[in-house]
Amino acid sequence: MHEAVAVPAWVLLAYLIAGICFIMALRGLSSPESSRRGNRAGIAGMAIAVGTTLATHELAALWEIAIAILIGGGIGLVTARRIQMTAMPQLVAAFHSLVGMAAVLVGAAAFLNPGAFGILGPDGIHQVSRVEMGLGVAIGAITFSGSVIAFLKLNGNMSGKPIILPLRHVINLGTLIAILGLIAYFTQDQAPWIFWTVTALSFAIGFLLIIPIGGADMPVVISMLNSYSGWAAAAMGFTLHNSAMIITGALVGSSGAILSYIMCKAMNRSFISVIAGGFGAVESTGGAEAIDRPYKRGSAEDAAFLMSQADQVVIVPGYGMAVAQAQHALREMADLLKKEGVRVKYAIHPVAGRMPGHMNVLLAEANVPYDDVFELEDINSEFAQTDVAFVIGANDVTNPAAKTDKSSPIYGMPVLDVEKARTVLFVKRSMGGVGYAGVDNELFYRDNTMMLLADAKKMVEEIIKSLG
Amino acid sequence: MDFISILSIFVLACFVGYFVVWSVTPALHTPLMSVTNAISSVIVVGALIAAAAAGSATSKWLGLVAVALASVNIFGGFAVTHRMLAMYKKKERRDA
Repeated sequence: MHEAVAVPAWVLLAYLIAGICFIMALRGLSSPESSRRGNRAGIAGMAIAVGTTLATHELAALWEIAIAILIGGGIGLVTARRIQMTAMPQLVAAFHSLVGMAAVLVGAAAFLNPGAFGILGPDGIHQVSRVEMGLGVAIGAITFSGSVIAFLKLNGNMSGKPIILPLRHVINLGTLIAILGLIAYFTQDQAPWIFWTVTALSFAIGFLLIIPIGGADMPVVISMLNSYSGWAAAAMGFTLHNSAMIITGALVGSSGAILSYIMCKAMNRSFISVIAGGFGAVESTGGAEAIDRPYKRGSAEDAAFLMSQADQVVIVPGYGMAVAQAQHALREMADLLKKEGVRVKYAIHPVAGRMPGHMNVLLAEANVPYDDVFELEDINSEFAQTDVAFVIGANDVTNPAAKTDKSSPIYGMPVLDVEKARTVLFVKRSMGGVGYAGVDNELFYRDNTMMLLADAKKMVEEIIKSLG
Repeated sequence: MDFISILSIFVLACFVGYFVVWSVTPALHTPLMSVTNAISSVIVVGALIAAAAAGSATSKWLGLVAVALASVNIFGGFAVTHRMLAMYKKKERRDA
């Protein structure tokens, strides 16, 4: 039963090559031109890893495996083809949950049949392998249940509002300590109850960790779960002594960690405070007086006139654009403006939308050339020379309070300086709703601001009519 | 492979990941997530070993389910990444 035979060198090399292919896949993403080549490298790497594994193990169950791959692959391909680009955050969350679950299943299989994985020693499973296995299963389970909650929140099956349990920090910390303690004890005693308790507690803590986190913090959560899915794969790679899994796990783990860091920085929040959750749950204070403040309301014709007279228009999209599916209409509007000789640019805040890069994908879907799309630091100096800033479905990322009001919950967050433009147009459903942070936006009431209150897509379509 | 050489691979790969990911353009952060998702399904290697091995029927079935789940991710992840990347276009015409 115990595989003592050394793994042939070519197998190790093949897994190494697969790992390098994965590195190339990420490297390709440094520019859109090289990215497609990168994706092909990734596919090649996966084919090498799977092929090598199949070639080096006696296949008692070839048919079953083929069927499993066909079913899974079929579901994956159909989903990938049908999914709407606005639903990308949910899809990514769902995919993360599958990686997590797969890690749990592989860990359980290794626990039940350690001989097949070559981790069986004279007195049971190797002690190091027990730790690796325990960690892998724990991280996998957290990834799974956490991603399921993230999916439900993003998909709207569950309220995006944070759900706050009493004593949650105590419960979470207690559970975490229990998991680590049990994994340590697992090295001394490989009783099944320890393994399954670790698994169950990890499922529970993944759930508990994500429910108190609000919708606006989703870009961080989804990046964090991305990172976890990588660490789970790496831990399994340690158990199986497989370099392809370890390299990939490390790549994915650090990728997710960096994305979380970028997202936290773009919101000026610490990672700990996001994980602690509850942001946006606090009732906004002093909102009552703000409601009655006068503001200027404009029509689609006014907006069309202002923009067609402008030299430069900068469009600032936010989550509201995604919800209204307004990206195609928006591009049409931009095309008409360009025909009139207006320079049109897009300004993207790093946390606009529900996942990193969300707005960029939607604009790309609508055929907006990516050289018209600018990141915050590249375009912020241009607002002073801009005639019209067209803010569609974004709010907090433009709020000047982040620069001036020390008591504001978003103070210190880098924002787009739209107020420096000659005129600011806000497309917004109604005046009542405030952004995710629950703070009012001073800009709405300024003299050079015009509010366009309507559904984002309808408003843009009306502007198109007036332009045409 | 002994533990130390595995650990070395892991630590070095973390550094490679760190530098490679910082060079990814922010515009491609969503495809980055979907492609990392696809490649982390390399865990299918473990699932295949479990599914292929004789010895424990439960273990085999767990492995088969894991193979199916990871396949969803592999095919779905690469396909959706491909679909997204195909949409990123440069400006072609310059009508002013």
